[in-house]
Amino acid sequence: MEEPSTDVIQGTLDLLILKTLSLEPLHGFGISRRIEQVSRGVFKVNPGSLLTAFQRLERVGWLDSEWRQTDNSRRAKYYSLTKDGKKQLDRETADWKRRTQAMARLLRVEG
Amino acid sequence: MSLWRQITYGLRWLTNRPGVDREIDDEARHYMDEAAAAFEARGMSPEEARRAARMEMGSAIGVREQVRDHGWESGIAATIDTLRHAARRLVRNPTFSATAVLTLGLGIGASATIFAVIDSVLLRPLPYPEPNRLIALRHSAPGIGIPDLRMSPSLYYTYKEEGRVFQDLAIWQGGRVTVTGMGEPEELPSLYATHEFLQVLEVVPVIGRGFVLADQERKGAPVVMLSNAYWQQQFGGARSVLGQRIVVDGNAHEVIGVMPDSDFLDRKYSLVFPMVMNRGEVRLIQFREDGVARLKPGVTLEQASADVARCILLAPSKFALNSGFAANSFTDARITPSLRTLRDSVVGEIGRTLWVLMGAVGILLLIACANVANLLLVRADARQQELAVRSALGAGWGRIARELLAESLLLGIGGGAIGLGLCYAALQWVAASAIPQLPRLSTISMSGVTVAFAFCTAVLLSLLFGLIPVLKYARPRIADGLRGGGRSMSQSQERHRVRGALVVAQVALSMVLLVSSGLMIRTFLAMRAVDPGFSHPENVQVVRVSIPHTQVAEALQVFQTQEAILRRFETIPGVTSVGISTAPPMDGGNSEPIFVADHDYGEGRIPPVRRHRSISPGYLSASGTRLVAGREFSWSDLHRGLPMAMISENMARELWGDPSAAIGKRIRGSANQVWREVIGVAGDIRDVGVNQNAPAIVYWPLVQKGADGTYGARRNADILVRTPRAGTTDLVRELKQALALVNPNLPLAEVRTLQDIYERTMARTAFALVLMGVAGGMALLLGIVGIYGVIAYSVSQRVRDIGIRIALGSPQHGVTRLFVREGLMLTGIGAACGIAVALGVTRLMDAMLFGVGPNDPLTFAAVFAGLAAAAMAASWLPARRAAAVDPIVALRSE
Repeated sequence: MEEPSTDVIQGTLDLLILKTLSLEPLHGFGISRRIEQVSRGVFKVNPGSLLTAFQRLERVGWLDSEWRQTDNSRRAKYYSLTKDGKKQLDRETADWKRRTQAMARLLRVEG
Repeated sequence: MSLWRQITYGLRWLTNRPGVDREIDDEARHYMDEAAAAFEARGMSPEEARRAARMEMGSAIGVREQVRDHGWESGIAATIDTLRHAARRLVRNPTFSATAVLTLGLGIGASATIFAVIDSVLLRPLPYPEPNRLIALRHSAPGIGIPDLRMSPSLYYTYKEEGRVFQDLAIWQGGRVTVTGMGEPEELPSLYATHEFLQVLEVVPVIGRGFVLADQERKGAPVVMLSNAYWQQQFGGARSVLGQRIVVDGNAHEVIGVMPDSDFLDRKYSLVFPMVMNRGEVRLIQFREDGVARLKPGVTLEQASADVARCILLAPSKFALNSGFAANSFTDARITPSLRTLRDSVVGEIGRTLWVLMGAVGILLLIACANVANLLLVRADARQQELAVRSALGAGWGRIARELLAESLLLGIGGGAIGLGLCYAALQWVAASAIPQLPRLSTISMSGVTVAFAFCTAVLLSLLFGLIPVLKYARPRIADGLRGGGRSMSQSQERHRVRGALVVAQVALSMVLLVSSGLMIRTFLAMRAVDPGFSHPENVQVVRVSIPHTQVAEALQVFQTQEAILRRFETIPGVTSVGISTAPPMDGGNSEPIFVADHDYGEGRIPPVRRHRSISPGYLSASGTRLVAGREFSWSDLHRGLPMAMISENMARELWGDPSAAIGKRIRGSANQVWREVIGVAGDIRDVGVNQNAPAIVYWPLVQKGADGTYGARRNADILVRTPRAGTTDLVRELKQALALVNPNLPLAEVRTLQDIYERTMARTAFALVLMGVAGGMALLLGIVGIYGVIAYSVSQRVRDIGIRIALGSPQHGVTRLFVREGLMLTGIGAACGIAVALGVTRLMDAMLFGVGPNDPLTFAAVFAGLAAAAMAASWLPARRAAAVDPIVALRSE
């Protein structure tokens, strides 16, 4: 029995995309797939939001894109992290850790 | 980096929309294919997999919209779309659009034209570096009643040696010289200036050098600089001109340089000479030059004035007094500085006139706006149902407002473009008509500032008149709008009220403009009615003949040459009289203190200054000046060198109470001259302009024998030739031939008629009159159109109402009267407001008026009556149509 999938938490989609792309360049569906797999199906990404996010991240200069052949020899748009994107990933990761630790502490006290 | 991406991505999207859309589609399709493949891999059939992928993805178009609405460019795209739709709607309504655009175009064109003139004349700085530090050195001498005194060499040296506020200063003078040896002899305008002239202005010669002190002290050969235009025209801009010699007034002058421009403070010149002066010979009192100075950085006009006032007190100790003047005459004159910036001294008093005109065209623009707003209201009214439907279907308030505003914006921009075209044409006209007394005319052009002005006006106005329908219709009461277009109801009172208010405003503004133009007309008529003191100026040809020293050396010979020329001119067919004078009437003139034998002005005091000119026999009849008492000079008087003079009537009355009492009295120009007997009194001449009092004038004989028996002659003088042929090229050719018979080396210069001179003195009034008249006429036209429109619309809206009235037996003229009364009421309210405003506003015009008060009741009454008559006609025409309504048709149309 699968756990019910959830929408991505507001504001974390950027972080998820950046993190996923930090390993290797991927196309849209690949990223969505990777997020689902790694989160063990907890996060399900809405394709519309995902494509819009790409547009936005590319505009601010954190992603680069390139049309390339896929393994099954089709054309797809591959995204990769830029130098700025890496820095942003570090920043957001640190920020997220700080938040989750604080959240965890709070929950512990409450519990 | 990211900003660069924002811009390039956005631009790519705007310029290549299909390409970008396709890319987004491709990416989305790839995503879907992959998703479908994944579902298939989990064991779904291809059909099911595809459907599942699509369900997950949502609509492909939705995704595309979502993705592409993201950047800044989507806002622009939406705006462009809105504008495109608005443009299409306007094109579909050509009559409406053309009317609105033309109305606005006229208004904007008129204001942009005046603005361009104001910009060129008043706002744009003089073409020299740091022009704010340039000042004109002018003075006044309240002690002897001279309001405007120029500069003297003594003060020039004093300021140079004692002054603490000037970086540099120079004095200069205009003049005319004759150049010979290059084709026909030519008389050219020239400047004389001290050697600092170029440094003061901070201009650099195009080629060659400027003057140095040695040139001014005439240490070497005479030198000259050329104006740029003269250099181009006479020497084709060749550098080889440097070092060449040109013969000026018979003397060779070496060309040392070329000036970068060809006019200085509105004074065109061809040649510039160093002013030759020797400090040792300068006497205290000799105010004939103009002074120009560059202040040290940071010095204010007040500080400069204080310093100049201090310097003036030092002058008497530095320079010897002229012989013949009483010891304390300089201090008694109480010379005080009245410095002003160089620009103010050029612009003079035209500034106020221009701002008044700007106000007038501004009002015109508002009237045009009111008209367009009215048109837009009618249009929005017709679209009310459509707007209500769209609103009901969910179009937001903002969206409808945006669309309405887009339409007015387009109209405004179209009007602005037409206005700029009109402005360009009008400026060509202004420049070509060469309105004298409009300073800096040569610089008048359409600048970037003017274009920006027209553009901003267009946009601001379109927002202004666009907002009226927006406020009224963008949030329509849907129920009202949908209920069948208000067909069965009498029209909304409120909507009609807005339109009525617009018409009232229009009429009020037109009233103000019409009263202003009426006052200008009255001024012009009053000026025309003034007797200038001379008769039939259109029959007087004026030509200037200068006799240089090198042509005729002896003073007496100069006079004999002039007499010979006059005798020749007399024989030309059609000529009734000829005369010569140092200046024709109304063309400026010099003044000097006049001593009167039987009047004691107090020991050492200087008597009041009077205008003076030297004339030949025949001048009075040639110019058409009356002889009031005594007699004119005769040729034998002049030949014998008798000490005589004539004076103007007002001077005779002032001194002796009666013109005939003046005969036999004695006057002289300075203490060391011989006394001269007054033999005749001439009629007053409005020499300074018809709107000014006639100045007292002294007429000296053209040739004068001094106390020592030597003769003094006037080498530069105007010859007046009275003939019905004045102004024709034939006459000028015959005059030239006649002159050549006397001396082939003398040029004929400044050919004009006395009428030209007379009209030039009224040119500013005429200029204001034309512009005010045009503005007033257009305002009247627009006002009438406004009234007509409102009444016609009112009639069309109330056809049913009228039908009922007529069916119930109301007489036709009763219906007509109903609508005429409505039109007259709007006019009445508007005119009343207009009169109230005009009573205050016309006061601003006071300085432009002559012979009529700013609140002249006759003008107000005439304008009111005219406006009422026009309004009556404008409302009667549509009202008549109301009376012709067939009740059966009107009621059946429901």
